[in-house]
Amino acid sequence: MTTDTAQQAQHGLTEHSHGAGAPDHGGSAFDTIASFDVADHPVPHGREEEWRFTPMARLRGLHDDTPLDGHDYEVSVDADPQVVVETVEAADPRRGSSGYVPNDRPSARAWAEADKVLAITVPADVVAGKPTIVRLRGLSAEKAAAGHVVITAERFSQSVVVLEHEGSAAFADNVEIITHDGARLTLVTLQDWADDSVHLSHHHVSVGRDAVVKHVVVSFGGDLVRTSVTLDYAAPGGDAELLGLYFADSGQHLEKRLFVDHNQPNCRSNVLYKGALQGGKAHTVWIGNVLIRPAAEGISTYELNRNLVLTDGARADSVPNLEIETGEIEGAGHASATGRFDDEQLFYLMARGIPADEARRLVVRGFFTELINKIGVPEIAERLTATVERELAIGEGLPAATTH
Amino acid sequence: MSTLEIRDLHVSVETEAGPKEILRGVDLTVRSGETHAIMGPNGSGKSTLAYSLAGHPKYTVTSGEVLLDGENVLEMTVDERARAGLFLAMQYPVEVPGVSVSNFLRTAKTAVDGEAPKLRTWVKDVKEAMDRLAIADDFAERDLNTGFSGGEKKRHEILQLELLNPKFAVLDETDSGLDIDALRVVSDGVNRFSAGGDKGVLLITHYTRILRYIKPDFVHVFVAGRVAEEGGPELAEKLEEKGYVDYVGTPA
Ligand SMILES: Nc1ncnc2c1ncn2[C@@H]1O[C@H](COP(=O)(O)OP(=O)(O)OP(=O)(O)O)[C@@H](O)[C@H]1O
Ligand SMILES: [Mg+2]
Repeated sequence: MTTDTAQQAQHGLTEHSHGAGAPDHGGSAFDTIASFDVADHPVPHGREEEWRFTPMARLRGLHDDTPLDGHDYEVSVDADPQVVVETVEAADPRRGSSGYVPNDRPSARAWAEADKVLAITVPADVVAGKPTIVRLRGLSAEKAAAGHVVITAERFSQSVVVLEHEGSAAFADNVEIITHDGARLTLVTLQDWADDSVHLSHHHVSVGRDAVVKHVVVSFGGDLVRTSVTLDYAAPGGDAELLGLYFADSGQHLEKRLFVDHNQPNCRSNVLYKGALQGGKAHTVWIGNVLIRPAAEGISTYELNRNLVLTDGARADSVPNLEIETGEIEGAGHASATGRFDDEQLFYLMARGIPADEARRLVVRGFFTELINKIGVPEIAERLTATVERELAIGEGLPAATTH
Repeated sequence: MSTLEIRDLHVSVETEAGPKEILRGVDLTVRSGETHAIMGPNGSGKSTLAYSLAGHPKYTVTSGEVLLDGENVLEMTVDERARAGLFLAMQYPVEVPGVSVSNFLRTAKTAVDGEAPKLRTWVKDVKEAMDRLAIADDFAERDLNTGFSGGEKKRHEILQLELLNPKFAVLDETDSGLDIDALRVVSDGVNRFSAGGDKGVLLITHYTRILRYIKPDFVHVFVAGRVAEEGGPELAEKLEEKGYVDYVGTPA
């Protein structure tokens, strides 16, 4: 993989131009610069389409020039015995094998400065008996750090990989996820950072022929967490489910960006992100971009974002974009809904004697249960349910959102 | 021995053109052991009465009183009313995705009783009550009312009635949307509930059909937000023959 190609087009993305009156697609990888060279990515100031929701002052310079040479974190691994987890040099050929080319400055910087790569490989035909869990624990947010993870699910393997993040950190990283023919992989990234953490993360998923990928982003803690997921297909027949769960408290900024590139025929993508917000200045952003290229005949795609605003003073932005360049598709749709509690549901539960607080808890739990069930990893489900409970307990004292 | 008294109840709803009065002075007293049928044409305010008793936030009581054994019901929150012994079987039960029927039933029972039910007997009680109402076992793990057919929702309302065992039940058109077998199953459930003679039932219906299975002691004809006429079971027979034409001028 060369790293000196200036302005390298990412999967031909730069060929995809918009004429006047092109739909506003919320600033996606649709037409961003893709390059390994940091110098090709000007320092963003916040007015750029893809940064307009992000509070730049809280990025601790990750997008600018803050050195990313801190190593104040520890990594622990609990792997399935058949799964190979190793730390390799940056020059390892697995790095870059997803085809990803950094599409913003923090990502390019993390690429340039990560000196080690965590490589997780699920060998061909292996059916892992338990999830492989990698836990990154930040020890200080003082010095910023860069990370790189490559997860390779080889032919016909079946596995679950979990990347957990906790503690204090200022962290920029790239995660590459490659699935080969017929592989089935569930990847969960869980951000349960301490309140002082900032995390800018890029995930790129390459879906192999007839592979089935479930990619899950869960964000609870952290001052600012921005996760960008790009996904494309290496061959026809791939199936991708992109799930997200986030819960923002007072002052937190959680931003979830997605770009699904339907570049192959007969593939499927299904996006479901659900968020809850509580407390003053809790802010979530969801940008869901889906591009269906002329080659992507017979595909189907659906994306849905739902946000539950639990108190006044919290704000959820939600921007789905669907761009279709071929009529020969099976189906495409998107929806976005942001609302407060459903009064009728609360009334029904309370009319059976259940106090208001408990009724609200039931409804929020229910809101996330559907998603937690879809993740389908029992080891995770219990933990996520417990964390949702913890978040709800934080919000207990806050007055509920008022009508309008 | 309990009493539910409704005195000169006036209720309005908020509309774009300002408040609109729906209930215009309702007087009604239900004692334990009694079954009252409230019959009336569409739009006469029957559901408004039911929801107002339960405390739905959409309805504003502008004057009048509701007393349960002398206690002011209108000052209670929705959940307090339920814990005081009022139950509303809704005309359109609400779907609550993500909350399983079994979890909901246990939570509601715990709230109403003030303590968690004993696990073993509770599971058995729920199962038996479901069997009696011909509700399949797998419903316990389904999301509350979510994707239930109209008839299934109604049977679940009666399941809750039997398990929560309140003092007074307000049944808002529990009969509508039921086929004849389901109507019988649901009516049996209501009759089991009131069999001990210490329960009050306010049965709201548009049709006389259910009165073949549940025998009312009193019948109230509800028209334009108030009780227009009241009497014994014979009044229902008259309505069966003539409809509401005497009250509203057109057959309803
Ligand atoms: N928000 C509202 N704005 C205006 N009118 C309303 C509003 N809500 C209820 N109403 C009116 O109040 C009246 C009484 O409604 P209610 O549902 O109580 O009738 P009902 O007797 O239960 O009818 P049905 O037999 O159809 O169930 C109706 O005319 C209805 O249109
Ligand atoms: Mg009605």
